Amino acid sequence: MTEIESYDIVIVGSGIAGLRAAIEAARVSEGKARIAVVTKVQAMRSHSVSAEGGTAAVLYTDRGDSLESHIYDTIKGSDYLADQDAVEFFVNSMPSEIYQLEHWGMPWSRTEDGRIAQRNFGGYSYPRATFAGDRVGFFEMQTLYDTSRKFDNIEFFQEWYVTSLIVKNNTFRGLTAIDLKSGEYHPFRANAGIIATGGAGRLYRFATYGYSSTPDGLSLAYRAGVPVEDMEFVQFHPTGLIPSGVLITEGARGDGAILINKKGERFMKKYAPEKVELASRDVVSRGMITEIQEGNGFTDPVTGMEYLLLDLRHLGAEKIKDRLSGIREIAIKFKGIDPIKEPLPVRPVCHYTMGGIKTNTKTETPIIGLFSAGEAACVSINGANRLGANSTAECLVFGSVAGAAAVRFATTRDSHDFPYDNVAQEEKRIFDDIFHGSGEENPYDIHNQVQTLMDKYAYVYRSGEGLESGLRELRELRTRSWRHVDDQVKEYNTNFVNVLELESMFDVAEVVLAGALSRTESRGAHSRLDYPERNDKEWLKHTLAYFDPNGPRLEYSPVTITKYTPTERHY
Amino acid sequence: MQGNASPQRIIQLKVRRTRSGSNLDKDFSIFEIPYEPGMTVLGALLYAKEKIDHSIAIRYSCRMACCGSCGMKINGLPKLACYTQAADYNTSITVEPLDHYPLIRDLVTNFEGFFQVHRSIHPFLIRRNAQEQETSESEYGQSARELEDFLQFSYCIKCGLCNAACPTSATDSLFTGPQALAQAYRYSADSRDEGQIDRIETIDTEHGVWRCHFAGACSFVCPKGVDPALGIQRLKRLTMLRRQKTGAPLMPKRPASGTKT
Repeated sequence: MTEIESYDIVIVGSGIAGLRAAIEAARVSEGKARIAVVTKVQAMRSHSVSAEGGTAAVLYTDRGDSLESHIYDTIKGSDYLADQDAVEFFVNSMPSEIYQLEHWGMPWSRTEDGRIAQRNFGGYSYPRATFAGDRVGFFEMQTLYDTSRKFDNIEFFQEWYVTSLIVKNNTFRGLTAIDLKSGEYHPFRANAGIIATGGAGRLYRFATYGYSSTPDGLSLAYRAGVPVEDMEFVQFHPTGLIPSGVLITEGARGDGAILINKKGERFMKKYAPEKVELASRDVVSRGMITEIQEGNGFTDPVTGMEYLLLDLRHLGAEKIKDRLSGIREIAIKFKGIDPIKEPLPVRPVCHYTMGGIKTNTKTETPIIGLFSAGEAACVSINGANRLGANSTAECLVFGSVAGAAAVRFATTRDSHDFPYDNVAQEEKRIFDDIFHGSGEENPYDIHNQVQTLMDKYAYVYRSGEGLESGLRELRELRTRSWRHVDDQVKEYNTNFVNVLELESMFDVAEVVLAGALSRTESRGAHSRLDYPERNDKEWLKHTLAYFDPNGPRLEYSPVTITKYTPTERHY
Repeated sequence: MQGNASPQRIIQLKVRRTRSGSNLDKDFSIFEIPYEPGMTVLGALLYAKEKIDHSIAIRYSCRMACCGSCGMKINGLPKLACYTQAADYNTSITVEPLDHYPLIRDLVTNFEGFFQVHRSIHPFLIRRNAQEQETSESEYGQSARELEDFLQFSYCIKCGLCNAACPTSATDSLFTGPQALAQAYRYSADSRDEGQIDRIETIDTEHGVWRCHFAGACSFVCPKGVDPALGIQRLKRLTMLRRQKTGAPLMPKRPASGTKT
């Protein structure tokens, strides 16, 4: 252990939420606060770069859109599990984020009159997905990263892996991290912390997420005593390209692409007569899996994966090249298929974690001085099912709120003593127990088995029996002897990081399965074959999972309803 | 399935290693990887890391060519491992770290200098009215045509392949390099920007824009279709126009070391 780094605020994660928070903290403090961004990747590599289709915001009230409509669509999309006050705040804050990005250089696509362009997306009553080609997340990351380089008081710690939060008397004091390049272990002192580490999607094998999207940040907060909320709600995006799971944006359907089964039918007409392919994602994914189960899917001869077709051909070459060039490039390169000429083989793919670290609308967690934003957090604006184009939007709004809130909190606070004992304890856990641990089993095999069981038991449709098997298998896997690191070199040891990530996967996978097993209803993305109906009487409530060495302790909290009474959804 | 009928194709993957994390002691590890249809070079490397040798150091994340992590030399050329199909090669694939970056370990190079140079060219929109830039009630606006002027240069994912391919970077370690120069052009060509003058100051130097002699290797290796070589030539033009406007001498001053009297 070497010297203590001391900051006003430390931000964990460098995706859209983390970078937006850093910039806001730098702005609010007028260059005075010391801000550290600690990220396990290089700062512009976070998986926010892969977001494709759009960022939702109400820009054109003069052309028929309204804040009210975005609020209602989001709440309806959430299957009424979203906290309605949070959704109102979010929607009202969103337009200025779009303009702010434009002022920072975001290359938004343009209408003929030079204004910011928007496209259609699933579940919306107005085409309000603001876009920049089909590389929206990438361009937002570029704009935010580049803009963050204006500020001398934002310091990046790139390729540092955070191993624990330091908390004393329910107050955030700092964290511990390993500098991957040198292999050195360091504590960070800070008055405030923001967790912005993204979603938990790499719990699944068939996922749109990059390899780095393991649930480290969720596990950090969970182990420090913060409840994680609504983790059983995992979004499966309808169109993951097989076999890799790379995302084909909803913008393709927004721009007119259709889904076709083996009989050549546009089957979504059966499941969503009005919106068809542009129903909310949970509805489309269920339609697709039902088709596949009824034998109307295709089978890939190489992998055996079953799929349906996404047909873009009728959009024409010009529109595809202009508005969907990124996914065309992906389809040609990863599948050898040009969507101008042939339809794409797709199936529902793990894409988003609606749940996360419990926060309020001010991004505060129950630990004083600890904040969270973006996909890592659960405010909750997404409830049981997020609408497309609301995730990058959420990262912007709540990243900004968290940056301002954390810096105000940190700079009005006296310095405090730092619990060195916790730092030493953590060093012992990760180095004595894990780095120098021993065992026979290949941790990468165990990692793959965790993902496979999540794909199997906690996919689009779930059952009590399956979830029980999943929990049993997960707990059995955890007891195996995988806690060891074969690579004993200090510098750039990703083997070590991968084993630490696996520990976090066990924590969070257990919460997902336990929450899903307990929730005996079907709501949004959580569909129980044995409880096919939504049950507002018993289950219009959030799941809160608290860490316990024997497995998560589940509690529940009410949903905030302002004026939108839960009713049955139709698309 | 189909593959069961014929023996599985095996790829020989040669990975440049630095033993014990030291930069000095280099050699190759050779792995035999069972090929699967669609396997990328990153896929082959991860197979080796997960199943054969956990100690291979690689930097990777998105596996869809948008995060820019996994640049390396593949059979001699700078490429993204996730964006290169193993089937593009016969049976032998050799991977090595990118040239022109300090080595950390195995295939992982140090990009800190790269990010510093990128920062030095002011890679952000500059407005004379900074306060107005930080208010967010309306848009500046931009025509589709104005967007086109810089859009291709904004596809840069900072993977650094261009700098690794550049023959000038090979001989002048102080050269700004194609990545940062292309970004200097990207922001300077943005109709919303008013910071050309600040940016040009950073690149109108001995090791800046003039050092490029248009070999075009940067544009050849860019995985995102950016044409940094074009951006650099346009940047030279902007620089000359700026000199003309400010009355600065059109010929750059000769550096003392290069003068012969």
